[in-house]
Amino acid sequence: MDQKSPFVRGAVLVAGLIVLVALVVTCAGPLFWLFKAATSTSTETLAQPFALWPSGLHWENLVEAWSSVRFGTYLRNTLVVCVGTWFFGLLVATTGGYGLAVLRPAYAKVVSAAVLATLFIPGVISLVSLYLTVVNVPLFNVNLLNTFWAVWLPASASAFNVLLMSRFFQAIPRDLFDAARIDGAGAYRVFWSLVLPLARPILGVVSLLTLIGAYKDFLWPLLVLPNPDLQPISVALPRVESSTDLGVFMAALFISVVIPVLLFLAFQRQFLRAAGSAGAIKE
Amino acid sequence: MVALDTESRPVARAPGTRRRGSRTPASWVRRGGLTTLIFFVPLLLSFSYFSWWPILRSVVLSLQQTNFIVTEWVGLANFQRVLADPLLATAVWNTTYFTLLALLIGFPVPILMAVVVAEMRRTRGLASVLAYLPVIIPPVVAVLLWKTFYRPDEAGLFNTVLGWFGLGPFQWLNDPSMVIPAIVVQATWASFGTAVIIYLATLMTIRTELYEAAEIDGAKILRRFWHVTLPQMRGILLIMLLLQVIGTFQVFTEPYIMTGGGPENHSVTILMLIYRYAFISGDYGRATALSLILAVALSALSAIYLWATRRWSTS
Repeated sequence: MDQKSPFVRGAVLVAGLIVLVALVVTCAGPLFWLFKAATSTSTETLAQPFALWPSGLHWENLVEAWSSVRFGTYLRNTLVVCVGTWFFGLLVATTGGYGLAVLRPAYAKVVSAAVLATLFIPGVISLVSLYLTVVNVPLFNVNLLNTFWAVWLPASASAFNVLLMSRFFQAIPRDLFDAARIDGAGAYRVFWSLVLPLARPILGVVSLLTLIGAYKDFLWPLLVLPNPDLQPISVALPRVESSTDLGVFMAALFISVVIPVLLFLAFQRQFLRAAGSAGAIKE
Repeated sequence: MVALDTESRPVARAPGTRRRGSRTPASWVRRGGLTTLIFFVPLLLSFSYFSWWPILRSVVLSLQQTNFIVTEWVGLANFQRVLADPLLATAVWNTTYFTLLALLIGFPVPILMAVVVAEMRRTRGLASVLAYLPVIIPPVVAVLLWKTFYRPDEAGLFNTVLGWFGLGPFQWLNDPSMVIPAIVVQATWASFGTAVIIYLATLMTIRTELYEAAEIDGAKILRRFWHVTLPQMRGILLIMLLLQVIGTFQVFTEPYIMTGGGPENHSVTILMLIYRYAFISGDYGRATALSLILAVALSALSAIYLWATRRWSTS
């Protein structure tokens, strides 16, 4: 909207200023407070929650969180969960998307309909039976409970990722594939040397969405990783909450926040574009 | 256009026209059928095991009672036991209240914010980064942080702020009438950034000519918002509304960590009830029956909603 009259321009400016101040207070404020609480003693946080470091910065909370809460272990588990989920998610989405959008065998329509159908079925329907499947995988008769496979594999069945990927592959001009085939490239070659390099932007989007999703997930890892030694931070934090000193616990929360926030600030363009394009496909 | 299309078809199709050849397995392999199938293997395995089979099994499981040694068919008994649970009404009411309140607060805020942010020239980037910041925080961390904010004693952050104005202290999560609004505020804070970014992406695609045309027709800023901005956003708004309802009806993490369903079951949600049936009582039949009821209800809701808004969203 372009605004000519000074009144409208002024109103827009004021509204913008209000929104910006509100965003700073509500979105950055809590993070700043968390940093403050993570580096203050518990008594200070409880007595004067808004006082800024009355007795100086207490970095030892962070050290304490690392050693006594075994934060290093949980952080490593989180990393393992994220990387594995990312790998299997991308494997299924890229190969499946390639099959559906480029190779297109006669049965692709059925597969594509079956994938699409799962997008419209609320996830709650399979919570319990998915858990039972993981406890005893049909035909293999193995129990994946307390293994990272139980988190990695179910997350790979993401209709959303497959759809996003195959839509992107579909937009690649067919001439490129024909040219590659005439040059003697087989299906593997076309996939590896043509499609994947072309798909770099969408690979970035799906990677980011998958990684954020894996890092944020709570209920599923809570169910399939009852062993504390394997739990990611999202599952471990609520468990240790009541038994941990407030200052140390705030430090643990701060460590869990600072990594994704720094990554986000460094790559904010990519993050925001991924979020925006996720909306585009929902349309 | 049509003539051109039919003309070019045989040429474009040339590489794949050998479809009518012999149909022995050997020729299928030679034509690349096996290679194609190999590309489908990860998808087929992953979806069969972790999507299609669990969905089918849910239906079967809801009609059974099992302890994994003995399994017996019980017909609709699981459904009867679900409906007989006095907690069900509480959970349904809590979840509905949660969803309605989340819509009331959480739906208009991102729209207004996106519209204002879209107008900001130099600070648009900063504003979208700030709005998206809470989305980056893992829900568990956000919930635990807000739980500290909501401390019922005078040391709680909100109670301290309200104390400056002589209000409170409030019980927040311990107060039956305040617990759900308190959780809704937290959940809205945690997720509104996604919607802002999506709306912002949509707003950026609206062509400026539309506004210019409206302006020439004499439309003032509010009318332009009403007649240009909103209609252009209609499609995405309708979808986001539906997604939000479906999402909040399956709310679990926030009430589970904040209150565990308390005080006195005032924040028990449907998904929490499913969790209790399955993973506390080990009653998988009852849990899947309730999952099935919720899933069918949500699917029916989506179908009705999409059907009802179809004409409106395409016009």
